[in-house]
Amino acid sequence: MKVIIMGCGRVGARLAGLLGVDGHSVTVVDNNPNSFRRLPPGFNGTALEGNGIDQEVLKKAGIEEADIFVAVTQGDNRNVMAAQIARHIFNVPRSMCRIYDPLRQELYNTLGLETIGPTTVFAQLLRELIES
Amino acid sequence: MYMIVVGGGRVGYYLTRALLDEGHEVLVIEQNATYCDVINDELGSVCLRGDGCEAATLAQAGTDRADMLIAVTGDDEDNLVACQVAKHKFNVPRTIARIRNPQNEVIFKKLGIDVTVSSTNIILESIEEKVPTHPLTHLLAIEEEGEEIVEIKIPPDSPAVGKTVRQLALPKESKLALVIRKGGKNRVPTLNTIIRADDRIIAITTPESEEALRTTLRGA
Repeated sequence: MKVIIMGCGRVGARLAGLLGVDGHSVTVVDNNPNSFRRLPPGFNGTALEGNGIDQEVLKKAGIEEADIFVAVTQGDNRNVMAAQIARHIFNVPRSMCRIYDPLRQELYNTLGLETIGPTTVFAQLLRELIES
Repeated sequence: MYMIVVGGGRVGYYLTRALLDEGHEVLVIEQNATYCDVINDELGSVCLRGDGCEAATLAQAGTDRADMLIAVTGDDEDNLVACQVAKHKFNVPRTIARIRNPQNEVIFKKLGIDVTVSSTNIILESIEEKVPTHPLTHLLAIEEEGEEIVEIKIPPDSPAVGKTVRQLALPKESKLALVIRKGGKNRVPTLNTIIRADDRIIAITTPESEEALRTTLRGA
């Protein structure tokens, strides 16, 4: 599958490495080229410098042929906007994004985005660990 | 009307001042404490410190009774999210977003934002309005032959509209090379090609017959 990952932080870089090993075609976009140092050695995908909420950059990343778009930058709003561009402008079949703010996550879930809320997930996980 | 302004930078400040002068009830949401203090000192206590994209802050601001939310931060993505949260969570009837990247105009419309304001586009439009586009643009000079390639836009009131190339009294040094038509195919004109309003015509002419060509295609 062709996957575009926006944001080459710890999560983005790690995901890129894992999917690359599994044989997917991966392109990572980040506006700070310095972030690409986080990619594992031997990463066989593409690293593209640019702003992921810019349509031209997304086209360059090959969004028109992408099967999956994942937005994992530090900014909730940037992730939300990029995921919506992928979903509604480029009709990417699956568009996922990270949203730290639980209320915003809930809202965008109801608006049809596939969202992941680390805040909620992590709090639940800790509770289970504590109460078990 | 009750209006919420998200972003208390320079645009937000002057916008709020103007809206207050017009007698509206206005609340500004701004994260930066210094900006907040300036607004509260100078415009009265109308600034709430917080993140205007966060539902909790918007609830505190009484967004559910707002008639309008205007997002004017410097970041397009923040303006988008503030408007979407206002619209979908608080049913604000009108949302207005400032945008920096003119390309985002289409995206924002598609994502349900009622009005977008792009300073880039506004400046562009006023340039086009104030500085009329040239009736005839020089594209290329072929110096050895003493000829030139020009572009001419056909105005709707031109005498050439509806006529075939054959019917036009073109100066004999001028040849029409290409007709560029919106939505249609670009074509090399034949004698039977009909000229339409808003066509752009690429022609080869000489400096001497340029004026005659312009008059024939655009009228005197």
